[in-house]
Amino acid sequence: MGDSALVVEFGQRVDALVNRRVQAAAEYLLAHPLAGVTDVVPAYAALTVHFDPLDVLRRHPGHQAFDTLREAVAAALARAPAAPRRKPRSHEIPVCYGGSHGDDLAAVAEHHGLEPEDVIRLHCAPTYEVHLLGFVPGFAYLGGLDLRIATPRRDVPRKVIAAGSVAIGGEQTGIYPSATPGGWNLIGRTPWWLFRPEADPPNRLAPGDRVKFVAIGVGEFETLLKAAN
Amino acid sequence: MSLRVERAGLLTTVQDLGRHGFQHLGVMVNGAMDELSHRMANALVGNAEDDATLELTLSGPTLRLGCDAVIAVCGADMDARVDGQPLPSWRPARVPAGARLEFGRATRGARAYLAMAGGFDLPPVMGSRSTAQRGGFGGFRGRALRRGDVIPLRSPEEAHTPRWVRLLSRARRGVAYPSWSVAHTEVPMPREGQVIRAVPGRHWQTFTLKTREQFAGVPYRVLLDSDRMGYRLEGLALAAPRGGDVLSEGMATGAVQVPPSGQPIVLMADRATTGGYPVLAVVAAVDLPLMAQLAPGDQLRFELITVLESHALLAARERQLARTAEALRAQLA
Repeated sequence: MGDSALVVEFGQRVDALVNRRVQAAAEYLLAHPLAGVTDVVPAYAALTVHFDPLDVLRRHPGHQAFDTLREAVAAALARAPAAPRRKPRSHEIPVCYGGSHGDDLAAVAEHHGLEPEDVIRLHCAPTYEVHLLGFVPGFAYLGGLDLRIATPRRDVPRKVIAAGSVAIGGEQTGIYPSATPGGWNLIGRTPWWLFRPEADPPNRLAPGDRVKFVAIGVGEFETLLKAAN
Repeated sequence: MSLRVERAGLLTTVQDLGRHGFQHLGVMVNGAMDELSHRMANALVGNAEDDATLELTLSGPTLRLGCDAVIAVCGADMDARVDGQPLPSWRPARVPAGARLEFGRATRGARAYLAMAGGFDLPPVMGSRSTAQRGGFGGFRGRALRRGDVIPLRSPEEAHTPRWVRLLSRARRGVAYPSWSVAHTEVPMPREGQVIRAVPGRHWQTFTLKTREQFAGVPYRVLLDSDRMGYRLEGLALAAPRGGDVLSEGMATGAVQVPPSGQPIVLMADRATTGGYPVLAVVAAVDLPLMAQLAPGDQLRFELITVLESHALLAARERQLARTAEALRAQLA
């Protein structure tokens, strides 16, 4: 990945076991930082290791920064466990579906020839797993969507999406943690915060965590939203 | 000790060298697009190179100084003026309280950096003062500056401030400069048809030989909807590899992504931490500052180099920069 990052590939597809190995490797490298490494980014099946080439060159004069780092990463990963140490947490996330909080719920239902209530039921049924955090701070890509409600992304992305919006993009579902542009179909909104830079940790969801959605009414949404702020 | 925004300009944000170490949480790096001009502006006022500066984009702001200050402007030429009088870039200047600091449109380059001796009195968030616009934190209230904003300043610390800054700040009145400046050629601005060097990307081998040959050499133009997240380029459409999208994974700044349209997108400082388009090439770190100074409408060409060459170029540039920094320290030290 260019002159300042390298990618360690653990597999080629979305697979829970592969993903756990990626998480374990990231956890290990974050807990045992390598000199010159600035960031470690776990994804579905690959781990991206960002480094400062000047820092690596300064530490190993006369050597090739890329090779030096590749060897150091390989040696560290040989010591990393196959599964993450951190125990995954379970979250029951309240969501107000449809209406002004889920502009695309009706369209998603229509796309599949379903009633909006069916979409809500199918979205609340599974226990999802957080595969990775990415896109914007705290955005969790959730795996485990019922394929009966998998819906292609919108042709034209929205300019602004409200923080907390719960959405479906292809075979994935996720929550927008802050107001951003986005192309996924909005089906509901949670009053929970997902990312606060001043909190420790700042992210509410972490890779490996389990998530279940629980439908709530507009009144409860407003009450919880007030309590959260 | 403050700076009042009278006119915000197109996009004026607080930036430093970026927020590192949190990309695994989806936290973008952000930071100055043209790191070189940012560092030079800081060096000129005696700041640490990772102190925050203001990044001005294409059309600059109008600012009112609430106190005497030593400032420096580097990067794009934006016709900077103090109370109507031209303010030269690439050298420190002492500017009196109440002065109006006015920037116009960028004529050479796209981004200018304004450093204030002492820096901005803003709290670091996750180790950085860079503005995370998408997250709404960092910098000044997590957003671009607006008219009426008052940005608090820190006073330069005596102990860490070069003598020329102290001498300047004691100038009696008006605008005052030292007798020297840094050659602006230290930080080159792009020329028409600028060559941008790049190294092969993660999916280089999955592109056809023809596409790989086309990539280096054909001219591209920077499109209007290019921003701090990415530069959208227009030119010969590149054939995306078969299979199209790849699994989302951690991206790099400078990554040249090829979406199905075949028109490449170069990821810049505000890029998302992950992405799912194939990466044909990655702009060499040494040329990212040049890339950041390209404006919409500008033309460029890519030239392919190896990672080894890229690291050697980067090291050579840092040696040059270190010599300049040393010369700056020697001035009146």
